[in-house]
Amino acid sequence: MSATPIEITETRGKPRKLVERRSAPRTRGRASLNIVLALLVVYFLVPFWWLIVNSSKTAAGLFGGENALWFAEDINYLGNLVDLFTYGGGIYGRWLANTALYAVLGGVGATVLAVLAGYGFAKYRFAGRRAAFAILLGAVMVPTTALVIPTFVLFAQVGWTNTVWAVIFPSLLNPFGVYLMNVYARDAVPDELLDAARVDGAGEFRTFFRVALPMLRPAIVTVLLLSVVAVWNNYFLPLVMLSDNRLFPVTVGIGVWQSTASTYGAAGGQTLWSIIILGSLVSVIPLIIAFLALQKYWRGGLAIGSLK
Amino acid sequence: MTTSTASPPTKKGSSPFTKKGGRRSTAARQNLFGWLFVGPFGIIFLALLVVPIGYALYLSLFQKSLIGGTRFVLFGNYAKAFTDPNFLDGVWFVIRFSVVLIPLQMAISLAIALMLDIIVTRFARFSRLMIFLPYAIPTVIGALMWGFLYSENFGPLADIFGIFGAEAPDFLSKSLIFYGLLNIVTWQWAGYYMIILYAALQGIDPTLYEAARIDGASQWQIIWRIKIPLLSPALLLILVFALIGTLQFFNEPKILQELAAGSIPNDFTPNIYAFYQAFSLANYNYGAAISFALGAVVFVCVYIFLFATRKRGSFFE
Repeated sequence: MSATPIEITETRGKPRKLVERRSAPRTRGRASLNIVLALLVVYFLVPFWWLIVNSSKTAAGLFGGENALWFAEDINYLGNLVDLFTYGGGIYGRWLANTALYAVLGGVGATVLAVLAGYGFAKYRFAGRRAAFAILLGAVMVPTTALVIPTFVLFAQVGWTNTVWAVIFPSLLNPFGVYLMNVYARDAVPDELLDAARVDGAGEFRTFFRVALPMLRPAIVTVLLLSVVAVWNNYFLPLVMLSDNRLFPVTVGIGVWQSTASTYGAAGGQTLWSIIILGSLVSVIPLIIAFLALQKYWRGGLAIGSLK
Repeated sequence: MTTSTASPPTKKGSSPFTKKGGRRSTAARQNLFGWLFVGPFGIIFLALLVVPIGYALYLSLFQKSLIGGTRFVLFGNYAKAFTDPNFLDGVWFVIRFSVVLIPLQMAISLAIALMLDIIVTRFARFSRLMIFLPYAIPTVIGALMWGFLYSENFGPLADIFGIFGAEAPDFLSKSLIFYGLLNIVTWQWAGYYMIILYAALQGIDPTLYEAARIDGASQWQIIWRIKIPLLSPALLLILVFALIGTLQFFNEPKILQELAAGSIPNDFTPNIYAFYQAFSLANYNYGAAISFALGAVVFVCVYIFLFATRKRGSFFE
């Protein structure tokens, strides 16, 4: 049962629809399924709705005891945005930029390493390959947070903590990405094609860049997206590594604001709460856009590891 | 199987790498380029995985005290951890949490995937995307959003329950925080797991269903006898992800700690406890020991689990 990843993306849709259409008469069942689905969508969207509604409120509106799921009289997005980007000397903008920097350098770096290593494991029979691959599979099962404290102590000894590299370097490690690339490259890049390129006189790297890389594109986008999301969403690592708030990514920054506001209680932290809420909303928009825009890539790609 | 991708020896001279030694150099070339491709990742792997694990093990063998300085205690820290009620409470919590969460999460994502596999409409496609959306949200923000929804100050729960004249449950209270967190984690990950299962369902050959229908199988029989068995590798993958993720539970309770004052102590989960030991008490040795113990437990559990199910799964090729 080896459905190759290419088939995943291409069998989607067409042959299925024919079968489904033929068995259409069970409409009553369909209607109830649609209702269940609609309820589920509501459940999954409620927190977003709450965030969109409440980031429009002034601090007074937020605590005014009005409907928490509907807009208040005055819509104050603009005022809150100004507050958000000017609070603490505009630190929020810096946090967003830091997150983008970590996600791009860490995510792209992890992807490059994963593509090279996955291709190497799939297409070369080098000495020690089986042992190295077994170790890699083991590493997929090591919880990443178990590495954070020892890495911190190590970095502390060479003075790397509280620098951007303390967040970027550990983010380069993505054993699961290597595993995914290996599975994909094994099936999607035929050995005959690589041999043909070699016979034509192309060197190994040229063969890789010209022949293999284009064929790996769906898997590359998937691994890139997974790596970027992992770095973008990371909290534990930067929380441990960074103490200078000008280096924080947005997750750690909002966490700090939130804990300050909670400590002051509802009364003292009122203004802070409205920028925390809007700050949360702003910070999730880039990834949502990325996911919506890159749909056709990740939809097939996410199944790579699960079909064999 | 050392020559499967090598070019035939008769092509001698056609490639710069086979010019000199023919057959022998193909093996050398496989070695050289194999390691060139794998090498960069290998370096990162050594520096940021092997070395920290080794170092954690090393650190965990020492104990630091105010009077005696740092001294070698061999497995003293582990003996301490496994008799430390704070650590054991945390372990007990993540185990209880996993036992409830993982089946729940898998059942929900499986049910949604099966539904979306049956309904092929524009609305179904839209739903699929919306249900997946929480995956794109940082867990910190996800926890915060639900924290707001639960909160007495901002949340709608009081209003909603007020309509029926009932008092709203406080999911941030000590007695209900378990369910509060259960809901947050399910919300965050069910869509991701659903997408994996859905993609796997789409990969099943539809003629199987057709054949089953001709034999008189009902929709339910097709689900139980064909779809779910064929999904078992994907289900296994999800189970492993969920297990690894849940045992290192940290972000959500850490974020809710202030909001849910008093409900989430510093020993709530092993990771929170390790963080507290290392960074609030500067007790790096004990923190490292807890980290290492947790990592080892997760690793061994998952490894045994995968090994036991390797025939159905595929992880071990």
